[in-house]
Amino acid sequence: MSNSVVITATGLAAGYPGNEVWTDANLTVGQGEFIGVLGPNGAGKTTLFRLLLGLTRPVSGALTIFGKRPSRGNPGIGYVPQRHHIDREMGIEALELVRFGLIGNRWGIGRMNEGRDEAMAALQSVGGEELAHRPLGVLSGGELQRVFLAEALAGKPDLLLLDEPLANLDIRRETEAVQLINRVVRSRGITALLTAHNVNPLLPVLDNVIYIANGRVTMGKPADVFTSETLSRLYDTPVEVVKDSRGRIAIIGTEDPEHHHERHHEGH
Amino acid sequence: MKGIMKATSFSLNLFKDLQFMWQFDFMQHAFEAGTIIAIVAGVIGYFIVLRQSAFAAHALSHIGFAGAAGAVLLSLAPLFGLLVFTIGGAIAMAVLGPRAANRDVQIGTVLAFMLGLGLLFISLYSGYASEAYSILFGEILGISHSSVLMTLAAAGILLAVVIVIYRPLLLSSLDEEMAEARGLPVSWLGAAFMVLVAVATSIAVQAVGVLLIFALMVTPAATAQRIARRPARGILISVLIAVLAMWSSLYLAFYLPWGRVSFFITSVTFAIYIAVRLWQRIR
Repeated sequence: MSNSVVITATGLAAGYPGNEVWTDANLTVGQGEFIGVLGPNGAGKTTLFRLLLGLTRPVSGALTIFGKRPSRGNPGIGYVPQRHHIDREMGIEALELVRFGLIGNRWGIGRMNEGRDEAMAALQSVGGEELAHRPLGVLSGGELQRVFLAEALAGKPDLLLLDEPLANLDIRRETEAVQLINRVVRSRGITALLTAHNVNPLLPVLDNVIYIANGRVTMGKPADVFTSETLSRLYDTPVEVVKDSRGRIAIIGTEDPEHHHERHHEGH
Repeated sequence: MKGIMKATSFSLNLFKDLQFMWQFDFMQHAFEAGTIIAIVAGVIGYFIVLRQSAFAAHALSHIGFAGAAGAVLLSLAPLFGLLVFTIGGAIAMAVLGPRAANRDVQIGTVLAFMLGLGLLFISLYSGYASEAYSILFGEILGISHSSVLMTLAAAGILLAVVIVIYRPLLLSSLDEEMAEARGLPVSWLGAAFMVLVAVATSIAVQAVGVLLIFALMVTPAATAQRIARRPARGILISVLIAVLAMWSSLYLAFYLPWGRVSFFITSVTFAIYIAVRLWQRIR
């Protein structure tokens, strides 16, 4: 089981016919791998997740997940969407969000405490038991991120998709979040794909990266993908990978100037 | 009606007061319809607040104004016109903008046109201006037995639908992207919910009118949202506040002839909302 393949993509293209976001993606993700899906904003990282969730169809190419074509509502996938806003007046407690994430796809009313134990166990597994009865509206960005992770884990998925879980976190919380996600993924032996536009906090924990930019998709070991030679060759343009004294990298030349600025800013 | 109310006063014996009040058919009808309306408004209102679609509910009631005015012009029951126009408006809103967010401009466009249309119907109608007044501000004390039955039937269907779609509706209201990823038809749920809001609005307009709909549909639910940690309890609290406001307002309006029922409903729900906010600040 340890070497079984979870995701395969062959000649995969996403977007609309004639207006593809990216094309010719060839991917193989094995059981238990922790993969960073990296690249500038708007490059099509979330699009890859929507394909895996069966919410959009490929323009061309083949995609399999657990050996089958993607389908909506796949119980084997836990998803952490990128959220922009939780209303400060939201009085509903964290445990209820996790609980409804688990039972919300069943029709009817259901029992008052249906799935409550599973929801609590999921919160405990991310160190969030003290958040269980606090209103969502008063939680910090880092606390909310833990609750969302618990919501995705409550159904005991085999594959975890995390969309920009590090956005809106300061540097310390970012490191904590990476450690927590890594611990959860490794201890459960599940496969995880995580999108981010800054690779540095993730470099110590990732097995492989999928790099998406300029309509192209590349997969490989971080050390192989993030070199000036590889990226320049793949993107037909001079790309420079710069390393600082602490091993942090900056990628220059794969994106539009305005994204470039943003990336530098967020890479601090 | 006014004469009866002027001749009566509080006896400081609640039971005796209620017994006296319920001798009158129009008060019985008002209590029956009012209770049904309050339950529906409390339930649907909770989801409206959760989905942050209060503006859509507000707009639907204004769209209903055109329907009610049109029905009066054609000598039909205003409730019938309300239902046709608000359900039509709900479907139009769902088609124009399938997502909950960023609908303000589309909704506002339809709302303004419908208010204008209602104004046209009212000006074409040669009868009493009090009809328009009732639609705008509500007149539950005049409600007929057949309207009570129609309200009961509409409320029964509405609550049955809510029971069937409860868990998916709650997840899609709390967390639309998660609901979509779990395979739920979020666009259809959104459209179905707008139709439920349309029916609830049409029912509630009878009590508070199109202009004061917030007092019954949004204020009790917003209060409950601040108190309750669990949605099921939130819905219960929302219903209790709405029913309490309805009953106390009917009672007050019967014995205090200077005030209308809708005025008391807006005052009671507002007072509870403010009290809860103050209590939460002090605590």
